[in-house]
Amino acid sequence: MQKPKLVLIGNGMAGVRTLEELYKLKPDMYDVTVFGAEPHPNYNRILLSPVLAGEQTVQDIILNDLDWYAEHNITLHLNKKVVKIDRVNRKVIAEDGTEAPYDRLLLATGSNPFILPVPGKDLPGVITYRDIYDTEQMIEAAKVHKHAVVIGGGLLGLEAANGLMLRGMDVTVVHLGEWLLERQLDKTAGKLLQKSLEDRGLKFLLMKQTAELVAGESGRVASVKFKDGEAIPADLVVMAVGIRPNYELAESAGLHCNRGIVVNDTLQTFDPKIYAIGECVNHRGVAYGLVAPLFEMAKVAANHLASYGIGTYKGSILSTKLKVTGIDLFSAGNFMGGDDTEDIILSDPYGGVYKRLVVQGDKLVGACLYGDTADGAWYFKLIREGKAIHELRDRLMFGESEVGDTGHQGHNKAAAMADSDEVCGCNGITKGTIVQAIKEKGLFTVDDVKKCTKASGSCGSCKGLVEQILINTLGTSFQAAPKDKAICGCTDHGHEAIRKAIRDQHLTSIPDTMKALEWRTPNGCATCRPALNYYLISTWPKEAKDDPQSRFINERAHGNIQKDGTFSVIPQMKGGVTNSSELRRIADVADKYAIPMMKVTGGQRIDLLGVKKEDLVHVWADLGMNSGHAYGKSIRTVKTCVGSEFCRFGTQNSTQMGIDLETMLANMWSPHKVKLAVSGCPRNCAESGIKDVGVIGVDSGWEIYVAGNGGIKTEVAQFFVKVKTAEEVKEYSGAFLQLYREEGFYLERTVHYIHRVGLEYVKGKVVADEANRKALYERLLFSLEGLPDPWQARIDGAQKHEFKMLEVV
Amino acid sequence: MSEFKKICKLEEIPQLGSRVVKCKNGNDIAIFRNAEDKVFALTDKCPHKGGPLSQGIVYGETVACPLHGWQIGLDTGEAAAPDVGCTNRHAVKVEGGEVYLEL
Repeated sequence: MQKPKLVLIGNGMAGVRTLEELYKLKPDMYDVTVFGAEPHPNYNRILLSPVLAGEQTVQDIILNDLDWYAEHNITLHLNKKVVKIDRVNRKVIAEDGTEAPYDRLLLATGSNPFILPVPGKDLPGVITYRDIYDTEQMIEAAKVHKHAVVIGGGLLGLEAANGLMLRGMDVTVVHLGEWLLERQLDKTAGKLLQKSLEDRGLKFLLMKQTAELVAGESGRVASVKFKDGEAIPADLVVMAVGIRPNYELAESAGLHCNRGIVVNDTLQTFDPKIYAIGECVNHRGVAYGLVAPLFEMAKVAANHLASYGIGTYKGSILSTKLKVTGIDLFSAGNFMGGDDTEDIILSDPYGGVYKRLVVQGDKLVGACLYGDTADGAWYFKLIREGKAIHELRDRLMFGESEVGDTGHQGHNKAAAMADSDEVCGCNGITKGTIVQAIKEKGLFTVDDVKKCTKASGSCGSCKGLVEQILINTLGTSFQAAPKDKAICGCTDHGHEAIRKAIRDQHLTSIPDTMKALEWRTPNGCATCRPALNYYLISTWPKEAKDDPQSRFINERAHGNIQKDGTFSVIPQMKGGVTNSSELRRIADVADKYAIPMMKVTGGQRIDLLGVKKEDLVHVWADLGMNSGHAYGKSIRTVKTCVGSEFCRFGTQNSTQMGIDLETMLANMWSPHKVKLAVSGCPRNCAESGIKDVGVIGVDSGWEIYVAGNGGIKTEVAQFFVKVKTAEEVKEYSGAFLQLYREEGFYLERTVHYIHRVGLEYVKGKVVADEANRKALYERLLFSLEGLPDPWQARIDGAQKHEFKMLEVV
Repeated sequence: MSEFKKICKLEEIPQLGSRVVKCKNGNDIAIFRNAEDKVFALTDKCPHKGGPLSQGIVYGETVACPLHGWQIGLDTGEAAAPDVGCTNRHAVKVEGGEVYLEL
């Protein structure tokens, strides 16, 4: 069968990105033809400024080389401008007569620079700044000429001016507005920027209107004349006064245009066979000129071209960064504010720092940062997600400290790090390696960086730093992760959507779920299958069947795999309490199986390390103890102190409380590991302050704290509720954990769950609403009731093949 | 001379799972079975740090190493980018419901 034909007009970032997204979904659906007016393969237009500044070369910024087109069997027409779309016969015609028929057409014609209609605009030496050709012209001019004038004090103009200055020219920026970057900065920040650029040697003429470009004797431009009569010398004039969507071709084909090709939320034009994306479109009245929205559009357009038909594009909130090395500037959202907004401002002109946060009601709607932009990513995330900020408001200005503490020398500001500093302590990746990968391989998201360099791929504590490095390196082209981000490459659905579908559609098996949600892979991957398995068994206890093949080896073998392939065995020791006969049995097992190492764990138990897999079941049988679940996304242990039975300070019987909790929660699977502690008095010897649920006995009852964490990022647990009786401790902690089990995302610890939904929400569901608390507690007990101890089950013969090797040959 | 030796019945290997064939020379061999009942055999050592691939999660025609998550192609023995490395493959076939391994 012949494949349908897809033609792309415009070989730039938006169009080719759509093809890449399409190949991810349906690699072989279309015969693809691409027309590009420039003689180059797809390159990263945003990085033209570093090329001009001499920090990178043209070769460095190529995103898809010619081999890429060949690999995907794309018919590529470079240097051919399409001049006609014949919609009746469904074909496009290029300047040189080349024709290509289409079944689907994708327009990504981008934009053209706006040229001031002044006398002399066509003189030699007057150029715009848009593509590789322009850049090369500027580099050539800088070699022989002295005076450059850049008209336009926007992002592009300033980057051009900076580049020309670095190439040795004497540069003046002419700007009509009262301050620089008036679309990205407020006045104060604009003035700070001007000062710092002046210190570097740039000159500025503000509120100046250009009247005429005057030729010299050679016929080349020689000076710029202004409306007020003043004139300055100019051997090179760069017009950077804005861009206009390039929609002439579409308009001439009779497509509805209005300052751009008009498209709907699926990026379809008024001709259903024709899609348009990028700078050439008008979506809901907005034409975008930055790259992040273009990429969001590309995802949606690809989804529809692949006939999935589920994505919609609803517009973007923008963030901006100037790519002039050494100048930190960031703005996002509505940073100018209005009548119904309030400002939080930090201003330190001497230190060169200015931050303005614009708050509307309970939400952050805009941010403008100058001098210290390390928290730009965080503010941008808050703006995009529209999160309520009342809990953070008094700390908002001082930024996020979400970055984990461990594994990167305590650094939490990417900008302050040297290239040789380690960012990812797990994989040994330095800042320099990440920056290089971002530039050379054209990476745009944290996931890209993870895939390419492995940074943030293990413990994830440096994800915030990687995000900052991306923003610092890319500026406008950085793509923040969407709110409900796809769980893995097998699907477009995020955790929230998947949990909801499993609940609403009563899905009880992994194949059914993958079918209902249109998984792209036949049986998922090592990321999504364990998540699905957990969602199924936690949503439909006693109904959904556990799938051992979708569990990580630790949960299949019920031990923790070690680097040499042996396992560790940690028997349950409720509350850390043991006795002489248990200890004797453990000692005997250690002798019998020649256990190479025994260790007391942090969770008050005993670890037998180096057990061969085929010995596991025998070891368990000889121990005669239950599994301690020290290997699972599950209840781990309840750590306790001695408590009132022996301790002279103890106010409550914390050991018994711990034993009771551990008994209640035995065999509980959860989104991630769950650790508890019970202390008998506020001296808190059991360290309840860094546990998922920490209980502290006081004279009048028990205080319960939740969402603490002693791991990657030390998080102090937050006060949840104070109760009187031990029975209440079980009910409140059980209800809290059940809510987390029902709503948490797979591999999300309680602290991250609470960060996502808010402590107030959880208190509302568990503390304030008694009926709901009792219902949650009931559901927890129901799902745990009758679960066998996994070690005993295997001693009795379950999953035999897992622990037996095949014939020795 | 190498020859195919009968190892086990196909159904003794779980779908999307594997079994280990113990070898005297110490290089154990992992036999994998995927959802389509295709069978593959690789030396049970990840090219990264020697992790036992037999203990990994199997999907499509790939296994994820249990130690650090390297993704090894069952058919090729090669690690997926950005990782680079290769594990030995062994010839394996299924006839009449029995699995044979070339030794």
